[in-house]
Amino acid sequence: MKLKHLLASAALTALATSAAAQTELSLWYHGAGSANAEEALVNQMVEEFNASQSDWRVVIETFPQLAYNDAVGAAALAGELPDILDVDGPVMPNWAWAGYMQPLGIDESILDGFLPGPIGRWNGEVYSVGLWDAAVAMTTRRSTLEDNGIRVPTIEEPWTKDEFDAALATLQATGDFDHALDLGMAWAGEWYPYAFSPFLQSFGGDIVDRETYQTAEGVLNGDEALAFGEWWQSLFENGYVPGTSQDAADRETGLLNGTYAIQWNGNWAALPVVEAFGDDALFLPAPDFGNGPVIGAASWQFGISATSEHPEGAREFIEFAMQDRWFAAFSDGTGLIPSTASAAAMTENYAPGGPLEVFYDLSEAQALVRPVTPGYIVQAKVFEKALADIANGADVADTLDAAVDEINEDIEANQGYGHN
Amino acid sequence: MASKLTRSNRAGWIMAFPGIALMTLFIIVPFFLAFAFSLTNQRLASPNAVEYVGFENYSDLLGLAVFTLEPERDESGAVVRDEDGEIEYPRLRNFTRNNPDYPNLAGKREWFSWASGENRTVVLSSDVVFMKALVNTFTFVIFVAPIQAGLALCLALLINQKLRGINVFRTVYFMPVVVSIVVVSILWRFIYSPGDGLLNNALGWLTFGAFTPQDWLGNTSTALPAIMAMSIWQGVGFHMVIWLAGLQNISPTLYEAGNIEGANKWQTFRYITWPGLRNTAVLILIVITMQAFALFAQIDVMTSGGPLDSTQVLVFQAVERGYGKQDISGGSTISVILFVIVLTISLIQRYLTRER
Repeated sequence: MKLKHLLASAALTALATSAAAQTELSLWYHGAGSANAEEALVNQMVEEFNASQSDWRVVIETFPQLAYNDAVGAAALAGELPDILDVDGPVMPNWAWAGYMQPLGIDESILDGFLPGPIGRWNGEVYSVGLWDAAVAMTTRRSTLEDNGIRVPTIEEPWTKDEFDAALATLQATGDFDHALDLGMAWAGEWYPYAFSPFLQSFGGDIVDRETYQTAEGVLNGDEALAFGEWWQSLFENGYVPGTSQDAADRETGLLNGTYAIQWNGNWAALPVVEAFGDDALFLPAPDFGNGPVIGAASWQFGISATSEHPEGAREFIEFAMQDRWFAAFSDGTGLIPSTASAAAMTENYAPGGPLEVFYDLSEAQALVRPVTPGYIVQAKVFEKALADIANGADVADTLDAAVDEINEDIEANQGYGHN
Repeated sequence: MASKLTRSNRAGWIMAFPGIALMTLFIIVPFFLAFAFSLTNQRLASPNAVEYVGFENYSDLLGLAVFTLEPERDESGAVVRDEDGEIEYPRLRNFTRNNPDYPNLAGKREWFSWASGENRTVVLSSDVVFMKALVNTFTFVIFVAPIQAGLALCLALLINQKLRGINVFRTVYFMPVVVSIVVVSILWRFIYSPGDGLLNNALGWLTFGAFTPQDWLGNTSTALPAIMAMSIWQGVGFHMVIWLAGLQNISPTLYEAGNIEGANKWQTFRYITWPGLRNTAVLILIVITMQAFALFAQIDVMTSGGPLDSTQVLVFQAVERGYGKQDISGGSTISVILFVIVLTISLIQRYLTRER
């Protein structure tokens, strides 16, 4: 009896040691309960990585997206960060500055041919890389434009401000639509700075001065920004655009059922449009408001936590993920834009002639990352509130001044956010 | 007294221990932490060292200034008027921004203003959003506390009868309390939805289409009342149950005596029921006031403080600043101010309703 016991425990110990030959690496991911194939693909990638070598075993833990950033913040305070972190592009500088993350230290030559969005740089070092990017476009139907004598813009020749305004006025005047344009005001949160700050940048303003990142004065309340603000308010005053109380359900279905003529929406919402309208579907570039057409860039990316005891293992995993076949698999599974052109060629939607090919071109031609500063988290919130207030009729100059003051006070309170 | 508490009462202390420990850990300690943080520049996440800043956070929130704007005058000294005949004033931003002549106005914004003769008197605040949150919170409490308490009492009187199936009514009225406030808020967002929302549809149907649909949550004049109405509906069942407990504590012999004396319904309520509910009323008043000051979830889910700050409230601002904008010291300062307000009001209520 005793002998049997001893043998059994010896066998167990042997089993445990052989499994422990692989050092464990923890990975946190934001996509728990994602509606598409994202979560399954991440799990598949982790399994293949674990099987592909014998040094490391990645253990994944997924979180709902809404709780993810809070979980990381709490884990950082408690000193329990995982080895590999999943991070939203514009948030990365904050985490790097706050000491949650360390530079990737990967061979940068593997990033050749990447779109600019999926590479996260802070203070000259790469901290995070992504498998995909996202892009937004003016989504509409060719027939809608042609019936109303509106020119179909191209990437080389996008709409000018006057052309765009005239198009909205024409479409609104037809009476066929509740609103000529749907900007997605129902999507409060990061959508506002992601989707709307490019308009401001196209006017010539910005959320913060990107030369120094020390002030927003003159950038967010300069003449260009005031012009943007007046234009922004006019959209709502003229009734071209549904306001901040827009029903989220209308945002989902408004273009498809003809309530809206044009929709400013991301590539993740593009496939239903193609399915509904077929060849009639159009994904048009952002208008040029005088300073070049701009759309937002950067999505979720992988990085290494500052407290990881095995950064070399984390690095190996991230390099394993940076393969065209994964970019293509995620793109096919989720509809997002693969990080490289060679991967795009392998996908269903972004290959030459594919229904969403135009989004890859838009990303390449117009994408601008959001301000790369740890203060972005606060600046995004301030910008969101300013835009909502102006849409609801607040005085443009006063609102933008107040936003500038709040951003500048925050930069000062954080001693300049470590820019050098 | 003290000796009795400490000596022959070990069982009592042991039984009280879990409660006292939890309250210390989650209420008393955080309160002192909040007070300590409010005197520093503590951030949620920052590599910078924390510094003591004294009462700067308080003056940033509470700073006020009064300024008189003189109208624009042309060369002859006459007041300039716009097309509608309204007097034109210089932009306030000329004084509040980068103007060394008015250091007391730097960084302040207009809170409200009124005309006094040709001049315009402007009250400026260092933090207009906080001031609006303060006013909105008080407005909410002033309306919700009496209406919710009164409605709850009416419901309690209605269901305090021996009828067949009365438990069904009790359950129905109590149901909203059991449902999570977040779920209730999401449902009410559909009810208040602009255009063809449930409320607009119902009102249109009741008035045979004469009612023009309202954007309940998107309009500065209806957003806060809409949230008040929904909050009253949600919380009324809870207070109804407390009233009911109070009602059932009143001895039936008093009612019998009243009956024999020939008291009518109103006299019965005025001289038997109401005096019997005295302690319950004090409890309900204090509880509703404190709950109303803590208004957060409805705002967070339904409006995020908009439109144009018409639904900003203190707790929402505390959370928004502390977590959203990573400014723990700012959020803590609002919490401390809220604590002082609620404590003051509770003490006043205690004093006014004391046993005389």
